[in-house]
Amino acid sequence: MSLVSIHEVHKYYGDLHVLKGINLNIEAGEVVSIIGRSGSGKSTLLRCMNGLEKYDDGTIILDGKEVSTDEFQIRRLSESVGMVFQNFNLFPHLTVGQNIMLAPTLIRGMSKPAAKELALDMLGKVGLADKFGQYPEKLSGGQQQRVAIARSLAMQPKVLLCDEITSALDPELVGEVLKVLEQLASEGMTLILVTHEMNFARDVGDRVVFMHQGKVWETGPAKDVFAAPQTAELQQFIGAVL
Amino acid sequence: MMQFTDWDILRNLLLAARWTVLLSLIAFAGGAIVGLLLTFMRISRRSALVVMTRIYTEIFQGTPLLMQLFLAFFGLGLVGIDVSPWTAAALALTLFSSAFLSDIWRGCVESLPKGQWEASRCLGLNYLQTMRYIILPQALRVAIPPTVGFSVQIVKGTALASIIGFVELTKAGTMLNNATFQPFKVFAMVALIYFLLCYPLSRASQYLEHKLSRSSK
Ligand SMILES: Nc1ncnc2c1ncn2[C@@H]1O[C@H](COP(=O)(O)OP(=O)(O)O)[C@@H](O)[C@H]1O
Ligand SMILES: [Mg+2]
Repeated sequence: MSLVSIHEVHKYYGDLHVLKGINLNIEAGEVVSIIGRSGSGKSTLLRCMNGLEKYDDGTIILDGKEVSTDEFQIRRLSESVGMVFQNFNLFPHLTVGQNIMLAPTLIRGMSKPAAKELALDMLGKVGLADKFGQYPEKLSGGQQQRVAIARSLAMQPKVLLCDEITSALDPELVGEVLKVLEQLASEGMTLILVTHEMNFARDVGDRVVFMHQGKVWETGPAKDVFAAPQTAELQQFIGAVL
Repeated sequence: MMQFTDWDILRNLLLAARWTVLLSLIAFAGGAIVGLLLTFMRISRRSALVVMTRIYTEIFQGTPLLMQLFLAFFGLGLVGIDVSPWTAAALALTLFSSAFLSDIWRGCVESLPKGQWEASRCLGLNYLQTMRYIILPQALRVAIPPTVGFSVQIVKGTALASIIGFVELTKAGTMLNNATFQPFKVFAMVALIYFLLCYPLSRASQYLEHKLSRSSK
Protein backbone atom coordinates (compact mmCIF):
# COMPACT_ATOMS: atom_id res chain seq x y z
CA MET A 1 0.00 0.00 0.00
CA SER A 2 1.19 3.49 -0.85
CA LEU A 3 2.21 5.86 1.92
CA VAL A 4 -0.31 8.37 0.58
CA SER A 5 -3.39 7.27 -1.38
CA ILE A 6 -5.67 9.95 -2.70
CA HIS A 7 -8.82 8.66 -4.36
CA GLU A 8 -11.41 10.75 -6.21
CA VAL A 9 -11.08 13.73 -3.88
CA HIS A 10 -13.41 16.67 -4.42
CA LYS A 11 -13.34 19.94 -2.58
CA TYR A 12 -15.61 22.96 -2.78
CA TYR A 13 -15.32 26.44 -1.32
CA GLY A 14 -18.99 27.39 -1.46
CA ASP A 15 -19.85 27.16 -5.14
CA LEU A 16 -16.22 27.07 -6.21
CA HIS A 17 -15.19 23.54 -7.24
CA VAL A 18 -11.52 23.63 -6.29
CA LEU A 19 -10.48 19.96 -6.46
CA LYS A 20 -12.23 17.96 -9.14
CA GLY A 21 -11.58 14.30 -8.49
CA ILE A 22 -7.93 14.02 -7.53
CA ASN A 23 -6.29 10.59 -7.76
CA LEU A 24 -2.70 10.24 -6.64
CA ASN A 25 -0.57 7.59 -4.97
CA ILE A 26 2.74 8.43 -3.39
CA GLU A 27 5.22 5.79 -2.24
CA ALA A 28 7.50 6.01 0.77
CA GLY A 29 10.77 7.72 -0.14
CA GLU A 30 9.39 9.51 -3.17
CA VAL A 31 10.06 13.19 -3.80
CA VAL A 32 7.02 14.61 -5.54
CA SER A 33 6.83 18.14 -6.88
CA ILE A 34 3.41 19.64 -7.43
CA ILE A 35 3.52 22.41 -10.00
CA GLY A 36 0.89 24.50 -11.72
CA ARG A 37 -0.55 27.97 -12.03
CA SER A 38 -1.65 29.99 -9.07
CA GLY A 39 -5.22 29.03 -8.15
CA SER A 40 -5.02 25.52 -9.61
CA GLY A 41 -5.60 23.95 -6.18
CA LYS A 42 -2.08 22.94 -5.15
CA SER A 43 -2.23 24.37 -1.65
CA THR A 44 -5.73 23.08 -1.11
CA LEU A 45 -4.66 19.56 -2.03
CA LEU A 46 -1.69 19.73 0.34
CA ARG A 47 -3.86 21.07 3.15
CA CYS A 48 -6.39 18.30 2.64
CA MET A 49 -3.62 15.74 3.07
CA ASN A 50 -2.98 16.70 6.69
CA GLY A 51 -6.44 17.66 7.85
CA LEU A 52 -6.02 21.44 7.76
CA GLU A 53 -8.83 21.56 5.23
CA LYS A 54 -11.70 19.15 4.88
CA TYR A 55 -12.58 17.55 1.57
CA ASP A 56 -16.13 16.93 0.48
CA ASP A 57 -15.84 13.62 -1.35
CA GLY A 58 -13.37 10.80 -1.89
CA THR A 59 -10.73 9.46 0.48
CA ILE A 60 -7.21 10.29 1.52
CA ILE A 61 -5.35 7.53 3.32
CA LEU A 62 -2.01 8.51 4.78
CA ASP A 63 0.20 5.99 6.53
CA GLY A 64 -2.82 3.68 6.84
CA LYS A 65 -5.06 6.30 8.46
CA GLU A 66 -7.94 8.08 6.85
CA VAL A 67 -7.30 11.81 6.99
CA SER A 68 -10.01 13.98 8.50
CA THR A 69 -10.23 17.33 10.23
CA ASP A 70 -11.53 15.80 13.45
CA GLU A 71 -9.95 17.22 16.56
CA PHE A 72 -9.07 13.74 17.87
CA GLN A 73 -7.20 12.96 14.64
CA ILE A 74 -4.75 15.83 15.07
CA ARG A 75 -2.42 13.93 17.30
CA ARG A 76 -2.41 10.77 15.21
CA LEU A 77 -1.81 12.71 12.02
CA SER A 78 1.09 14.61 13.54
CA GLU A 79 2.86 11.29 13.95
CA SER A 80 2.72 10.69 10.20
CA VAL A 81 2.83 14.02 8.46
CA GLY A 82 4.64 17.31 8.99
CA MET A 83 4.14 20.58 7.20
CA VAL A 84 6.31 23.56 6.38
CA PHE A 85 4.67 26.83 5.33
CA GLN A 86 5.57 29.63 2.99
CA ASN A 87 5.88 32.14 5.82
CA PHE A 88 7.55 29.83 8.36
CA ASN A 89 4.94 30.23 11.13
CA LEU A 90 7.52 29.91 13.86
CA PHE A 91 6.27 30.77 17.34
CA PRO A 92 7.80 34.23 17.91
CA HIS A 93 7.54 34.16 21.71
CA LEU A 94 9.60 30.98 21.94
CA THR A 95 13.29 30.46 21.26
CA VAL A 96 14.41 28.29 18.39
CA GLY A 97 15.04 25.46 20.83
CA GLN A 98 11.63 25.84 22.48
CA ASN A 99 9.95 25.94 19.08
CA ILE A 100 11.38 22.53 18.30
CA MET A 101 11.03 20.96 21.76
CA LEU A 102 7.39 21.92 22.31
CA ALA A 103 5.64 19.20 20.31
CA PRO A 104 7.96 16.32 21.22
CA THR A 105 7.51 17.05 24.94
CA LEU A 106 3.76 17.75 24.75
CA ILE A 107 2.69 15.19 22.19
CA ARG A 108 5.27 12.45 22.44
CA GLY A 109 5.75 12.82 26.18
CA MET A 110 9.49 13.16 25.76
CA SER A 111 11.56 14.35 28.73
CA LYS A 112 13.09 17.84 28.55
CA PRO A 113 16.70 16.59 28.26
CA ALA A 114 15.78 14.07 25.56
CA ALA A 115 13.82 16.72 23.66
CA LYS A 116 16.74 19.10 23.92
CA GLU A 117 19.08 16.52 22.51
CA LEU A 118 16.62 15.84 19.71
CA ALA A 119 16.26 19.56 18.99
CA LEU A 120 20.03 20.03 18.79
CA ASP A 121 20.20 17.02 16.53
CA MET A 122 17.56 18.42 14.18
CA LEU A 123 19.17 21.86 14.22
CA GLY A 124 22.45 20.19 13.31
CA LYS A 125 20.74 18.63 10.31
CA VAL A 126 19.74 22.05 9.01
CA GLY A 127 23.07 23.59 9.99
CA LEU A 128 21.82 25.84 12.79
CA ALA A 129 22.90 24.13 16.00
CA ASP A 130 24.35 27.41 17.26
CA LYS A 131 20.93 29.15 17.11
CA PHE A 132 19.29 27.02 19.82
CA GLY A 133 18.79 29.88 22.29
CA GLN A 134 17.94 32.61 19.76
CA TYR A 135 14.52 34.07 19.12
CA PRO A 136 13.23 33.61 15.55
CA GLU A 137 13.14 37.37 14.89
CA LYS A 138 16.93 37.43 15.14
CA LEU A 139 17.29 35.01 12.22
CA SER A 140 17.23 35.58 8.48
CA GLY A 141 14.28 34.25 6.48
CA GLY A 142 16.31 31.32 5.22
CA GLN A 143 17.39 30.43 8.74
CA GLN A 144 13.81 30.73 10.02
CA GLN A 145 12.62 28.38 7.33
CA ARG A 146 15.34 25.87 8.20
CA VAL A 147 14.25 26.05 11.85
CA ALA A 148 10.67 25.39 10.72
CA ILE A 149 11.89 22.32 8.86
CA ALA A 150 13.79 21.16 11.94
CA ARG A 151 10.67 21.69 14.04
CA SER A 152 8.64 19.47 11.72
CA LEU A 153 11.35 16.82 11.57
CA ALA A 154 11.48 16.60 15.36
CA MET A 155 8.10 14.88 15.27
CA GLN A 156 9.66 12.27 12.99
CA PRO A 157 6.96 12.37 10.34
CA LYS A 158 6.86 9.82 7.52
CA VAL A 159 6.09 12.51 4.98
CA LEU A 160 6.88 16.21 4.90
CA LEU A 161 4.56 18.60 3.07
CA CYS A 162 6.11 21.85 1.86
CA ASP A 163 3.94 24.63 0.44
CA GLU A 164 6.11 27.03 -1.58
CA ILE A 165 8.57 27.20 1.26
CA THR A 166 11.10 29.32 -0.65
CA SER A 167 8.63 31.78 -2.16
CA ALA A 168 8.83 34.31 0.67
CA LEU A 169 12.62 34.31 0.72
CA ASP A 170 15.08 36.75 -0.78
CA PRO A 171 16.65 35.07 -3.83
CA GLU A 172 20.04 34.68 -2.18
CA LEU A 173 18.48 32.70 0.69
CA VAL A 174 16.61 30.17 -1.45
CA GLY A 175 19.65 27.96 -2.00
CA GLU A 176 20.29 27.14 1.67
CA VAL A 177 16.71 25.90 2.11
CA LEU A 178 16.75 23.84 -1.09
CA LYS A 179 20.02 22.28 0.05
CA VAL A 180 18.33 21.05 3.22
CA LEU A 181 15.51 19.56 1.15
CA GLU A 182 17.98 17.87 -1.15
CA GLN A 183 19.75 16.34 1.80
CA LEU A 184 16.45 15.09 3.24
CA ALA A 185 15.60 13.58 -0.13
CA SER A 186 18.91 11.76 -0.23
CA GLU A 187 18.23 10.35 3.25
CA GLY A 188 15.03 8.78 1.94
CA MET A 189 12.51 11.23 3.38
CA THR A 190 9.18 11.33 1.58
CA LEU A 191 8.66 14.88 0.36
CA ILE A 192 5.64 16.44 -1.27
CA LEU A 193 6.48 19.93 -2.43
CA VAL A 194 4.41 22.62 -4.02
CA THR A 195 7.14 24.58 -5.72
CA HIS A 196 8.07 27.10 -8.37
CA GLU A 197 11.68 25.94 -8.34
CA MET A 198 11.60 24.05 -11.61
CA ASN A 199 15.28 23.20 -11.58
CA PHE A 200 14.88 21.65 -8.18
CA ALA A 201 11.78 19.73 -9.29
CA ARG A 202 13.67 18.37 -12.29
CA ASP A 203 16.98 17.59 -10.65
CA VAL A 204 16.00 16.42 -7.17
CA GLY A 205 12.38 15.36 -7.58
CA ASP A 206 11.41 11.84 -8.60
CA ARG A 207 8.04 12.75 -9.94
CA VAL A 208 6.16 15.82 -11.06
CA VAL A 209 2.45 16.39 -10.68
CA PHE A 210 1.08 19.17 -12.87
CA MET A 211 -2.18 20.55 -11.58
CA HIS A 212 -4.53 22.52 -13.77
CA GLN A 213 -8.05 23.73 -12.98
CA GLY A 214 -8.40 21.51 -9.94
CA LYS A 215 -7.25 18.33 -11.67
CA VAL A 216 -4.07 16.32 -11.88
CA TRP A 217 -3.55 17.26 -15.50
CA GLU A 218 -0.35 15.37 -16.13
CA THR A 219 2.08 13.40 -14.01
CA GLY A 220 5.22 11.40 -14.61
CA PRO A 221 8.91 11.01 -13.79
CA ALA A 222 10.49 14.42 -13.33
CA LYS A 223 12.99 14.12 -16.18
CA ASP A 224 10.34 12.99 -18.70
CA VAL A 225 7.81 15.60 -17.75
CA PHE A 226 10.25 18.41 -18.35
CA ALA A 227 11.85 16.85 -21.41
CA ALA A 228 8.64 15.87 -23.13
CA PRO A 229 5.46 17.35 -21.68
CA GLN A 230 2.42 15.63 -23.19
CA THR A 231 -0.36 18.18 -22.79
CA ALA A 232 -0.53 21.60 -24.34
CA GLU A 233 -1.24 23.17 -20.94
CA LEU A 234 1.93 21.77 -19.41
CA GLN A 235 3.99 22.75 -22.45
CA GLN A 236 2.66 26.26 -22.08
CA PHE A 237 3.30 26.31 -18.34
CA ILE A 238 6.87 25.07 -18.67
CA GLY A 239 7.48 27.50 -21.51
CA ALA A 240 6.31 30.35 -19.31
CA VAL A 241 8.35 29.53 -16.21
CA LEU A 242 11.62 28.22 -17.61
CA MET B 1 -21.90 78.95 59.06
CA MET B 2 -18.74 76.85 58.83
CA GLN B 3 -15.80 78.28 56.86
CA PHE B 4 -13.84 76.08 54.46
CA THR B 5 -10.24 76.90 53.78
CA ASP B 6 -8.70 75.77 50.49
CA TRP B 7 -6.92 73.10 52.43
CA ASP B 8 -10.20 71.86 53.88
CA ILE B 9 -11.62 71.55 50.40
CA LEU B 10 -8.61 69.72 49.08
CA ARG B 11 -8.42 67.44 52.11
CA ASN B 12 -12.06 66.43 51.77
CA LEU B 13 -11.66 65.83 48.08
CA LEU B 14 -8.61 63.68 48.63
CA LEU B 15 -10.45 61.66 51.25
CA ALA B 16 -13.30 61.11 48.80
CA ALA B 17 -10.82 60.24 46.05
CA ARG B 18 -9.94 57.14 48.05
CA TRP B 19 -13.40 55.82 47.18
CA THR B 20 -12.87 56.64 43.55
CA VAL B 21 -9.67 54.64 43.62
CA LEU B 22 -11.23 51.76 45.50
CA LEU B 23 -14.26 51.63 43.25
CA SER B 24 -11.98 51.71 40.19
CA LEU B 25 -9.88 48.87 41.54
CA ILE B 26 -12.92 46.76 42.30
CA ALA B 27 -14.45 47.47 38.91
CA PHE B 28 -11.18 46.63 37.21
CA ALA B 29 -10.58 43.42 39.15
CA GLY B 30 -14.20 42.31 38.86
CA GLY B 31 -14.32 43.33 35.23
CA ALA B 32 -11.13 41.41 34.53
CA ILE B 33 -12.45 38.22 36.13
CA VAL B 34 -15.82 38.33 34.41
CA GLY B 35 -14.18 39.60 31.24
CA LEU B 36 -11.72 36.71 31.17
CA LEU B 37 -14.60 34.27 31.46
CA LEU B 38 -16.42 36.03 28.64
CA THR B 39 -13.27 36.04 26.51
CA PHE B 40 -12.91 32.28 26.82
CA MET B 41 -16.57 31.81 25.99
CA ARG B 42 -16.24 34.13 23.02
CA ILE B 43 -13.26 32.31 21.50
CA SER B 44 -14.53 28.83 22.39
CA ARG B 45 -15.96 28.11 18.90
CA ARG B 46 -19.18 26.92 20.54
CA SER B 47 -21.85 28.94 18.81
CA ALA B 48 -24.27 29.12 21.76
CA LEU B 49 -21.58 30.56 24.02
CA VAL B 50 -20.37 32.93 21.32
CA VAL B 51 -23.87 34.28 20.68
CA MET B 52 -24.55 34.73 24.39
CA THR B 53 -21.37 36.68 25.00
CA ARG B 54 -21.94 38.76 21.91
CA ILE B 55 -25.37 39.81 23.10
CA TYR B 56 -23.91 40.59 26.52
CA THR B 57 -21.16 42.79 25.10
CA GLU B 58 -23.50 44.57 22.72
CA ILE B 59 -25.91 45.39 25.53
CA PHE B 60 -23.25 46.83 27.79
CA GLN B 61 -21.42 48.62 25.00
CA GLY B 62 -24.61 49.90 23.42
CA THR B 63 -26.21 51.53 26.46
CA PRO B 64 -24.96 54.45 28.57
CA LEU B 65 -23.13 53.52 31.73
CA LEU B 66 -25.49 55.87 33.56
CA MET B 67 -28.49 53.72 32.62
CA GLN B 68 -26.64 50.62 33.77
CA LEU B 69 -26.05 52.32 37.12
CA PHE B 70 -29.70 53.32 37.41
CA LEU B 71 -30.84 49.81 36.58
CA ALA B 72 -28.45 48.27 39.08
CA PHE B 73 -29.54 50.71 41.78
CA PHE B 74 -33.28 51.25 41.22
CA GLY B 75 -33.98 48.15 39.18
CA LEU B 76 -32.72 45.71 41.76
CA GLY B 77 -34.60 47.72 44.39
CA LEU B 78 -37.83 47.27 42.44
CA VAL B 79 -37.52 43.49 42.42
CA GLY B 80 -37.03 43.55 46.15
CA ILE B 81 -33.25 43.32 46.33
CA ASP B 82 -32.04 46.18 48.43
CA VAL B 83 -28.69 47.43 47.24
CA SER B 84 -26.54 50.20 48.60
CA PRO B 85 -25.15 52.79 46.16
CA TRP B 86 -21.77 51.20 46.79
CA THR B 87 -22.92 47.72 45.74
CA ALA B 88 -24.86 49.03 42.77
CA ALA B 89 -21.91 51.08 41.54
CA ALA B 90 -19.46 48.21 41.97
CA LEU B 91 -21.82 45.82 40.19
CA ALA B 92 -22.61 48.10 37.27
CA LEU B 93 -19.01 49.13 36.73
CA THR B 94 -17.84 45.52 36.92
CA LEU B 95 -20.30 44.41 34.25
CA PHE B 96 -19.53 47.45 32.11
CA SER B 97 -15.76 46.83 32.34
CA SER B 98 -16.12 43.12 31.66
CA ALA B 99 -17.92 43.80 28.39
CA PHE B 100 -15.22 46.16 27.14
CA LEU B 101 -12.27 44.14 28.44
CA SER B 102 -13.53 40.91 26.91
CA ASP B 103 -13.96 42.67 23.59
CA ILE B 104 -10.42 44.06 23.77
CA TRP B 105 -9.00 40.66 24.67
CA ARG B 106 -10.98 38.80 22.01
CA GLY B 107 -9.53 41.25 19.50
CA CYS B 108 -6.02 40.48 20.75
CA VAL B 109 -6.53 36.73 20.38
CA GLU B 110 -7.97 37.17 16.90
CA SER B 111 -5.19 39.52 15.83
CA LEU B 112 -2.69 36.67 15.91
CA PRO B 113 -1.95 35.22 12.46
CA LYS B 114 -3.92 32.13 11.43
CA GLY B 115 -0.59 30.48 10.69
CA GLN B 116 0.07 30.16 14.42
CA TRP B 117 -3.02 27.97 14.76
CA GLU B 118 -2.17 25.97 11.67
CA ALA B 119 1.44 25.34 12.66
CA SER B 120 0.27 24.21 16.11
CA ARG B 121 -2.26 21.89 14.59
CA CYS B 122 0.30 20.37 12.24
CA LEU B 123 2.53 19.66 15.22
CA GLY B 124 -0.29 17.76 16.89
CA LEU B 125 -1.35 20.33 19.50
CA ASN B 126 -5.06 20.29 20.36
CA TYR B 127 -7.19 23.39 20.99
CA LEU B 128 -6.34 23.75 24.66
CA GLN B 129 -2.63 23.15 24.14
CA THR B 130 -2.56 25.69 21.34
CA MET B 131 -4.32 28.21 23.56
CA ARG B 132 -2.10 27.56 26.53
CA TYR B 133 1.30 27.47 24.85
CA ILE B 134 0.92 29.50 21.66
CA ILE B 135 -2.03 31.88 21.58
CA LEU B 136 -2.47 33.20 25.12
CA PRO B 137 1.19 34.03 25.78
CA GLN B 138 1.27 36.11 22.61
CA ALA B 139 -2.18 37.63 23.11
CA LEU B 140 -1.22 38.68 26.64
CA ARG B 141 1.61 40.84 25.33
CA VAL B 142 -0.62 42.58 22.81
CA ALA B 143 -3.37 43.00 25.39
CA ILE B 144 -1.44 44.89 28.05
CA PRO B 145 -1.39 48.40 26.50
CA PRO B 146 -5.10 48.61 25.57
CA THR B 147 -6.06 47.08 28.92
CA VAL B 148 -4.12 49.70 30.85
CA GLY B 149 -5.61 52.28 28.51
CA PHE B 150 -9.13 51.13 29.30
CA SER B 151 -8.50 51.47 33.04
CA VAL B 152 -8.62 55.24 32.43
CA GLN B 153 -12.20 54.82 31.21
CA ILE B 154 -13.05 52.98 34.40
CA VAL B 155 -11.66 55.74 36.62
CA LYS B 156 -13.66 58.34 34.70
CA GLY B 157 -16.70 56.07 34.73
CA THR B 158 -16.76 56.03 38.52
CA ALA B 159 -17.74 59.72 38.43
CA LEU B 160 -21.22 58.65 37.32
CA ALA B 161 -21.67 56.72 40.55
CA SER B 162 -22.14 60.13 42.22
CA ILE B 163 -25.60 60.30 40.66
CA ILE B 164 -26.92 57.37 42.63
CA GLY B 165 -25.55 58.95 45.78
CA PHE B 166 -22.23 57.22 46.17
CA VAL B 167 -19.81 59.68 47.74
CA GLU B 168 -16.66 59.56 45.67
CA LEU B 169 -14.63 62.37 44.21
CA THR B 170 -17.30 63.95 42.01
CA LYS B 171 -20.05 63.69 44.62
CA ALA B 172 -17.75 65.19 47.23
CA GLY B 173 -17.02 68.02 44.81
CA THR B 174 -20.73 68.70 44.37
CA MET B 175 -21.28 68.72 48.12
CA LEU B 176 -18.34 71.02 48.75
CA ASN B 177 -19.55 73.35 46.05
CA ASN B 178 -22.94 73.53 47.73
CA ALA B 179 -21.25 74.45 50.98
CA THR B 180 -18.69 76.93 49.63
CA PHE B 181 -20.29 78.39 46.47
CA GLN B 182 -16.90 78.32 44.80
CA PRO B 183 -17.61 76.07 41.82
CA PHE B 184 -14.57 77.03 39.81
CA LYS B 185 -12.12 76.37 42.58
CA VAL B 186 -13.77 73.16 43.74
CA PHE B 187 -14.25 71.58 40.35
CA ALA B 188 -10.80 72.63 39.18
CA MET B 189 -9.42 70.68 42.12
CA VAL B 190 -11.68 67.74 41.30
CA ALA B 191 -10.51 67.76 37.70
CA LEU B 192 -6.88 68.00 38.79
CA ILE B 193 -7.23 64.94 41.01
CA TYR B 194 -8.83 62.95 38.18
CA PHE B 195 -6.03 64.04 35.93
CA LEU B 196 -3.41 62.93 38.43
CA LEU B 197 -5.11 59.53 38.62
CA CYS B 198 -5.55 59.06 34.88
CA TYR B 199 -2.46 60.64 33.38
CA PRO B 200 0.02 58.07 34.70
CA LEU B 201 -2.23 55.30 33.39
CA SER B 202 -2.48 56.69 29.89
CA ARG B 203 1.23 57.41 29.84
CA ALA B 204 1.94 53.86 30.98
CA SER B 205 -0.31 52.54 28.24
CA GLN B 206 1.52 54.57 25.58
CA TYR B 207 4.88 53.53 26.94
CA LEU B 208 3.96 49.85 26.99
CA GLU B 209 2.56 49.99 23.51
CA HIS B 210 5.72 51.59 22.22
CA LYS B 211 7.96 49.21 24.10
CA LEU B 212 6.10 46.00 23.24
CA SER B 213 5.69 46.84 19.58
CA ARG B 214 9.35 47.70 19.25
CA SER B 215 10.64 44.57 20.96
CA SER B 216 8.48 42.34 18.81
CA LYS B 217 10.16 43.62 15.67
N1 LIG C 1 -10.27 29.61 2.22
C1 LIG C 1 -10.72 29.76 0.95
N2 LIG C 1 -11.97 30.20 0.71
C2 LIG C 1 -12.43 30.35 -0.55
N3 LIG C 1 -11.72 30.09 -1.64
C3 LIG C 1 -10.47 29.64 -1.48
C4 LIG C 1 -9.90 29.47 -0.18
N4 LIG C 1 -8.63 29.01 -0.32
C5 LIG C 1 -8.42 28.91 -1.64
N5 LIG C 1 -9.50 29.29 -2.35
C6 LIG C 1 -9.65 29.27 -3.81
O1 LIG C 1 -9.43 27.96 -4.25
C7 LIG C 1 -8.68 27.96 -5.47
C8 LIG C 1 -7.41 27.14 -5.29
O2 LIG C 1 -6.58 27.78 -4.35
P1 LIG C 1 -5.17 27.21 -3.91
O3 LIG C 1 -5.31 25.79 -3.53
O4 LIG C 1 -4.63 28.13 -2.89
O5 LIG C 1 -4.35 27.32 -5.26
P2 LIG C 1 -2.77 27.29 -5.48
O6 LIG C 1 -2.11 26.89 -4.22
O7 LIG C 1 -2.57 26.31 -6.59
O8 LIG C 1 -2.39 28.67 -5.92
C9 LIG C 1 -8.42 29.41 -5.80
O9 LIG C 1 -9.39 29.82 -6.73
C10 LIG C 1 -8.62 30.13 -4.49
O10 LIG C 1 -9.08 31.44 -4.73
MG1 LIG D 1 -0.76 28.00 -3.00
